[in-house]
Amino acid sequence: MKKQLMSALLLGGMVSGSALGETVYVTLEKDNALAVVDAAQRKLVKTVKIGKRPRGIVLSKDQRQLYVAASDDDTIQIIDTDSLKVVGKLPSGKDPETFAMDPDGRYLYVSNEDDNQVTVIDIAGKKAVKTVPVGVEPEGIAVSPDGKWVVSTSETTNMVHWIDRQSLDIVDNTLVDPRPRACAFSDDSRQLWVTSEIAGTLTVFDVDTRQPVKKIGFKIPGVTQEKIQPVGIRIDKDRRYGYVALGPANRVAVIDAQKLEAVDYFLVGQRVWNLEFSPDQARLYTSNGVSNDISIIDLKQQKVLKSVAVGQYPWGLVVKP
Amino acid sequence: MLPISKRLPLIFFSLILAALTPAYAAKKTAPKQQPKETAQAKLDQLSIAYLAQETQSQPTLPFFDEVIADQGIQGARLGIQDNNTTGRFTRQHFSLRESIVPQDGDVAAAFKALLADGHRHILLNLDAAKILELAAFPESQNVLLYDIASRDDGLRDEACRSNVLHLLPSRAMRADALAQYFAKKRWNKWFLAVGPGDGDKLYAEAIKRAAKRFGSKIVAEKTWQHTFDERRTPESEVPVFTQGIQYDVLIVADESGLFGDYLPYRTWQPRPVAGTQGLVAAAWHRTHEAWGALQLQNRFRDQAGRWMTEEDYGAWLAVRAIGESATRAKSVDFDKVKAFMLGEEFALAGFKGVPLSFRRWNGQLRQPVLLAWSRSLVAVAPVEGFIHPKNELDTLGYDEAESKCRF
Repeated sequence: MKKQLMSALLLGGMVSGSALGETVYVTLEKDNALAVVDAAQRKLVKTVKIGKRPRGIVLSKDQRQLYVAASDDDTIQIIDTDSLKVVGKLPSGKDPETFAMDPDGRYLYVSNEDDNQVTVIDIAGKKAVKTVPVGVEPEGIAVSPDGKWVVSTSETTNMVHWIDRQSLDIVDNTLVDPRPRACAFSDDSRQLWVTSEIAGTLTVFDVDTRQPVKKIGFKIPGVTQEKIQPVGIRIDKDRRYGYVALGPANRVAVIDAQKLEAVDYFLVGQRVWNLEFSPDQARLYTSNGVSNDISIIDLKQQKVLKSVAVGQYPWGLVVKP
Repeated sequence: MLPISKRLPLIFFSLILAALTPAYAAKKTAPKQQPKETAQAKLDQLSIAYLAQETQSQPTLPFFDEVIADQGIQGARLGIQDNNTTGRFTRQHFSLRESIVPQDGDVAAAFKALLADGHRHILLNLDAAKILELAAFPESQNVLLYDIASRDDGLRDEACRSNVLHLLPSRAMRADALAQYFAKKRWNKWFLAVGPGDGDKLYAEAIKRAAKRFGSKIVAEKTWQHTFDERRTPESEVPVFTQGIQYDVLIVADESGLFGDYLPYRTWQPRPVAGTQGLVAAAWHRTHEAWGALQLQNRFRDQAGRWMTEEDYGAWLAVRAIGESATRAKSVDFDKVKAFMLGEEFALAGFKGVPLSFRRWNGQLRQPVLLAWSRSLVAVAPVEGFIHPKNELDTLGYDEAESKCRF
């Protein structure tokens, strides 16, 4: 019960009115550091040195720890959210970049780009329990909220690998457009969204059949098609809207998640990589790799509120209530 | 850089590794050097051939540069590995037949032997004249030849062949890339220094064409006479060579590296150097890390123990183009693979941020060109602002309307 409540808090965003008290943690790939942003003040409050080339970042279910992929240290660091000290590490395998956590917070699933595999880590035991061979350069990874699937996308093989979470065997592989980057499940676990960076598309899969139901392209007046390189994805809890970071197009696309079409674009910082909701899903935070800042978007007013300078190559971000 | 004594075991080691790799692959699947259907019917088999001729090592190679004897082939090997990782999921298996002809060996005979063994995808690391010779054989008409090394514009233009695809950017594409960048910088007055080689003259032609296309001017052109003796040094020669000319940038056409590296910091006036030395236009460069390129750099270095050269990149691209087409066509059948590769849907991820595809009018792989000096990537062409009605990559090199290639 307690666990369920925790997940509901994190995923569903039942946090009450004083929502702006949240903190945003941003990994800075080039600075080997973690930036801490106070969302209420919209201000960078602290930068702490962490491992080399930090990229993927996940908040633990109890929100007391951050897991950060220190790619050039070949490890996932555990960072205490209060003291901001590195308190431990997890054996991620080589060059960890992105990873995802179980709905119950016990395991991490890590893409090892250089080794063409996914490493499964038991967080409490601090050990790797299995590796699953996948395609060339696994990148995007997601666990379905119902706990059935782990999905890995491989950038050079151009496939979605469907891994059964119980057996940890690949049960299916589906081809997608070139250079699949990120993937995300809808909260009801019925859809999987996959972005293809080079093709400039978003493919929506029906999870039951594991077949694509729609491929969505993007068109922005005044922006050439080559600049549209979709990366990070967030889908709201009601599956009303989804958001896709479009890289060097410097836009976040708003997708009508029912009609499955792009309906609007937010202009944010340069080369927008990754996205994260506020716990109440009223705001969206974006990491902008080239302009070295994060953008704060108010989703109710549909407006970009502010950009906050954070440091060099902001990569991933998480939001703690 | 490693001294030769330490390098030798390294080279030896990679040779052993190389020798082991196909053998390992062969154990799982087909007997060695057997591209045709095998008893193991479950996997679709495709054997790709690689043909090269040993060349004399570059006479001007400076002491701090490594001698590389296996450029090209290492890229092909990595491509095969990448194809097979994908092939595990698509039930396709790729193998590589390596044919390296000695300096005085018969390339045509080696080529015909590959054809006789049933190879229809053949990578060529050969010069333009040899490629033309092989492409013209009657038995070559229903195969695809992948030119992984040449930069020759003639081969892509008047002398083009419908059975040859070109993986690396031509001289014209490279010159256009530089010209776009200098147009943006407004460094419009160029002083062109041309070396004595045939390639140097062709490179200079490409530079002149690029200057015209992008609004720059060649204010002077001089031929470098390579005649250093005891009394003539770069310190004395270069200032004199560059004296009395008003220009923004010194463009050097020196493909064999005879003198180009002597130019920077020795000119009469303080001026940057670009072209074949200084700021270079390249298909691939060790300073390139964006768009996941670092992953390819790392994978390659793990395998080869050295940096990836342009020829390695060309060979990798060729093998990946075949693999990607076989994956998408769901077949290793030659006609299906070829149809997909040359069709509208083909989009190859080459770690340069945009999908790569073949120009149908001359078989050239359209791709961004990197502008870099030895320690930093400066820009990537097409430079922002140079637009094209169909594909901005076609602002580089001979566009459809200009092409004299008729298949």
